[in-house]
Amino acid sequence: MSLLEIRGLQVTFGGLDALSNLDFQVNDGEIVSVIGPNGAGKTTFFNAISGMVPPTAGEILFDGESVLGLDPHQITEMGIARTFQNVRLFPNMTVVENLMVSQHCRTSQLMVGALFQTKAFKQEEREIRERAEEILAFFGTRLTGYRLDQPAFALSYANRRRLEIARAMATQPRLLLLDEPVAGMNPMETAELTGLIGRLRDEWGFTIVFIEHDMKVVRDVSDRVVVLDHGIPIAEGSYESVSTNPDVIEAYLGRPLETRKERA
Amino acid sequence: MTETLTPLRAGAGLDWRRVFFWGGICALTIVAVSLIGLPVGMDKRTLIEPVLSLGYLFLLWVPLVLGYVATKVVVLEGVESRKPGSVDLLAGLVTGLMGASGLILLMLGLDNFNLRDPLVNWSPQLLRLLTFEQGLGFGIPVWLAAFGALGVCGAALHQLPSRTRRILTWAVFGVLTVAILEAVIDDLAEGFRLEWLTDAIYYKRGGEEGLTVKSALILAVVLGALPMVVGGRAKGAIDRYREKAPETQSRRSVLLLGSVAAVCIALPMFLGGIVNELLANVGLFLLLALGLNIVVGLAGLLDLGYVAFFAVGGYTTSVLTSSNSPFFAPEWHFGIALLFVVVMAVLAGLLIGAPVIRMRGDYLAIVTLGFGEIVRLLFLSDWLKPYFNGSQGITKVNPVDLGPWKVQGSDPRSVFYLVLCFCALAVYVSWRLQASRLGRAWMATREDEQVAEVMGINTVNAKLMAFVVGATMAAFSGAVLAAKVGSVFPKSFEILVSIIILVVVIVGGMGNIAGVFVGSLVLIGILGGPRQPGLLQEFQSYKLLIYGALLVFMMLKRPEGLVPSARRTRELHQEEYLQDAWLGDDEPDEDGEMQS
Repeated sequence: MSLLEIRGLQVTFGGLDALSNLDFQVNDGEIVSVIGPNGAGKTTFFNAISGMVPPTAGEILFDGESVLGLDPHQITEMGIARTFQNVRLFPNMTVVENLMVSQHCRTSQLMVGALFQTKAFKQEEREIRERAEEILAFFGTRLTGYRLDQPAFALSYANRRRLEIARAMATQPRLLLLDEPVAGMNPMETAELTGLIGRLRDEWGFTIVFIEHDMKVVRDVSDRVVVLDHGIPIAEGSYESVSTNPDVIEAYLGRPLETRKERA
Repeated sequence: MTETLTPLRAGAGLDWRRVFFWGGICALTIVAVSLIGLPVGMDKRTLIEPVLSLGYLFLLWVPLVLGYVATKVVVLEGVESRKPGSVDLLAGLVTGLMGASGLILLMLGLDNFNLRDPLVNWSPQLLRLLTFEQGLGFGIPVWLAAFGALGVCGAALHQLPSRTRRILTWAVFGVLTVAILEAVIDDLAEGFRLEWLTDAIYYKRGGEEGLTVKSALILAVVLGALPMVVGGRAKGAIDRYREKAPETQSRRSVLLLGSVAAVCIALPMFLGGIVNELLANVGLFLLLALGLNIVVGLAGLLDLGYVAFFAVGGYTTSVLTSSNSPFFAPEWHFGIALLFVVVMAVLAGLLIGAPVIRMRGDYLAIVTLGFGEIVRLLFLSDWLKPYFNGSQGITKVNPVDLGPWKVQGSDPRSVFYLVLCFCALAVYVSWRLQASRLGRAWMATREDEQVAEVMGINTVNAKLMAFVVGATMAAFSGAVLAAKVGSVFPKSFEILVSIIILVVVIVGGMGNIAGVFVGSLVLIGILGGPRQPGLLQEFQSYKLLIYGALLVFMMLKRPEGLVPSARRTRELHQEEYLQDAWLGDDEPDEDGEMQS
């Protein structure tokens, strides 16, 4: 049974088809990577799933239910969480607050609880803080200790990326959409995060779809690779099959000179 | 490097362009202050009998302060800055003289031309004041000498040892404060039965007449000695407090809060009518500002129509408790009316909030501005005149009957206590909500609305809640206002109220409860509200000018407000915070460091 099923998805900006006629599905427990040259529509694809961009046509089913027309927060509540390519944390909130606030849709205390400091309120506050610390501990000691109470803007670039992932984890999703999780990281950090992506599935049980340009990461962790070009899927399959596919090579590198002449 | 830097000569490297710039500013400021009418308007208010009036003070501070500013040495850490020397005094003199020349030009202009038509304050009185009624031949040299000397004094302040400087500052500011606050000090003294003291310091001859020369000198000595006794200790205490662990800090905060509460309850007993009236006004505006602080400071919604909720509260109370309400006059008790005030505030919050909530930033500000006016115009309109009496308003609002006490305008102390209760409630609500699920949702919405939405927060609901909570507080304030004044008119709910509350929140420190406290105390208490007189009643007609100038100054020099919240300071000074974090980090953590 597929967790996410997309049929005939089309997103149009003005007269431009950012995505057209896209069919896509992810099974429970899979790690799928989406690759493609710049401007291929990868991030638009994520935006459409998370409800930030309304699709022009098509159907998005999550766990058998349509997410079309829902607000982003409702989609998050259904169990889809995402990170952003250009890190978008809440910069002036502390590390732990960033994680506490993302558990909003999993908590229920309203004003009354806070005003009268009810037991349930205190219990819930304690629980979400503990969960936040537990999630941060997943990234080693980098985001724990004194870092918990530092504002997010004070973190280093790599730590901000990690915090983005942690924040998405805190919404307790079933499907995690990671938008270029290792962009801008050095090889050591990349290797470490590659390992973490695998553990996200094995230990936390997330199904993962991620966009990535770093082919080593794609090769190491994905079960399946989908290649987009100009909003159209041009290839799909294992890394090996995709990486030797002439269409994919053409999309990335362009046509060899002689073939161009031939066609001309 | 074998080459050594030549030691800096004292006074070398003074930037003369800067001096001339500030000299020009000095001249312009003096002309502006004169033409606004401050000297003539304030001349009747004597500070030190018979030598100094408030009017002259407004001219004299300019060369002093600008002389100080013009010769300021920029201190850069690690870079040797120039040493101040006698050239600086010369620079101060130049600044002062340039200011004086501005004034002299003005005097010559006043003498020879009549520009009274566009410039209302271009008057013979101004010329008489500036020439000390002795003619230009006397006035010009006196101002040249005085401004030159003050400019030199301003420049010389940099070269005094810091201790002397502190003593001088205390003495001068202290004497001026005591002189300006004569009315309050009188009032206080009466409450504590210390009339003999005020009789001794002030030159009493009916009304506010300022200090006598002798008492001014004595006061200066006493106040100058004050920092020697207490100065260091207060600072030490604050530093020690800062170093304490967070737990003791919070325990101390509770203690501090308790003592503030005790003072708030006890003090009005000793105060006379004038000051209690002031405090009641401060309370009303504090309540408003606390509500707006939630909307603007926490949720980040710039609401310029906040006065609408104030009006709703006032009118609901009046209709329900007044015997004079034209359509429906049940004459209920204030307590019952209060329940309806809450209901109406929530409804108004939802009604105004719902259509505007999807807008952001500037758009939201403009639309709410419109709604604020719409509400006032509705109360004023002929259409609703059968219900709200149009511009005549609703009068004869019953005083609040609390068994043994009656809260009404003629007894400002009772009003103050009533408003204090509401303020305490509002403080508690703001404080608890800040650290709750809803408070965090507000913060996230303020930071990045789109991301907050994607992270599972229903931002529309969160923002509506902010509107509703803020609206309720404003409506309470309106209810107390109605009971205090005994009537409501559309005139009391002008757009200016919204703006002034916003200024209170910004100047005090956005997002911080203590900041809002200080803001309303300083602005409403000292300067006065939109229609309420403040401590300095002399400034009544210049109030908005001062509000504006203060706002500009704060935005430039201290955008986080007088008492900022830690979060906001961090936000506005990210660079410094990062530098501190980096310097204080004893285990520099390289990311992607080592072989794991």
